[in-house]
Amino acid sequence: TFRCYSALNPELKTTLDKVVTSNKVILFMKGTKDFPQCGFSNTVVQILKSLDVPFETLDILENEILRQALKEYSAWPTFPQLYIDGEFFGGCDITVESLGKNGTRIPFVPQWGGRL
Amino acid sequence: MGVTKEGVEASLKSKLSPTHLEVIDTSGGCGASFAVEVVSEQFEGKRLLERHRMVNTALAEEMKDIHALSIKKALTPAQWNQSAA
Repeated sequence: TFRCYSALNPELKTTLDKVVTSNKVILFMKGTKDFPQCGFSNTVVQILKSLDVPFETLDILENEILRQALKEYSAWPTFPQLYIDGEFFGGCDITVESLGKNGTRIPFVPQWGGRL
Repeated sequence: MGVTKEGVEASLKSKLSPTHLEVIDTSGGCGASFAVEVVSEQFEGKRLLERHRMVNTALAEEMKDIHALSIKKALTPAQWNQSAA
């Protein structure tokens, strides 16, 4: 499909490369971890908090350019977007399915060798 | 309203040929919001992230107007039969 406008220019891509690797776990969300402004974002925040892993959040409602660019960067249409080790992990449903259900903490720890 | 439950169903059917499909309208009056369950052979050998990408791609047009999409299940027929058993 023809795209007449792209938010993701090369400079922005370089910036995002740095941002997504700036923390082991980084969540792009609506609102902040203390004041999530959407249920989906809140769900992921609560899961990360329950796993006791350090994570950073970035509020995409504060930055429209970041918001549009990230959609292209991740090839993912919605927020929240979770990155682990600089790699796109998924949105809310994938996080719930992979990390949030009872018992997932056990495979969670060896998978990342407790590095989180 | 630009997106209907029927529209979402039609797109998923044509792109993913699901053996089971459930589309639930979850909008509480704030706009098009859906939860979907998809069971498809096309998910075979794909990780969860890839499966979700396939659903998102199938709904690329609709996503422009969809307020929220929740992918509740993206299973292969084998996984689906196992969970139903």
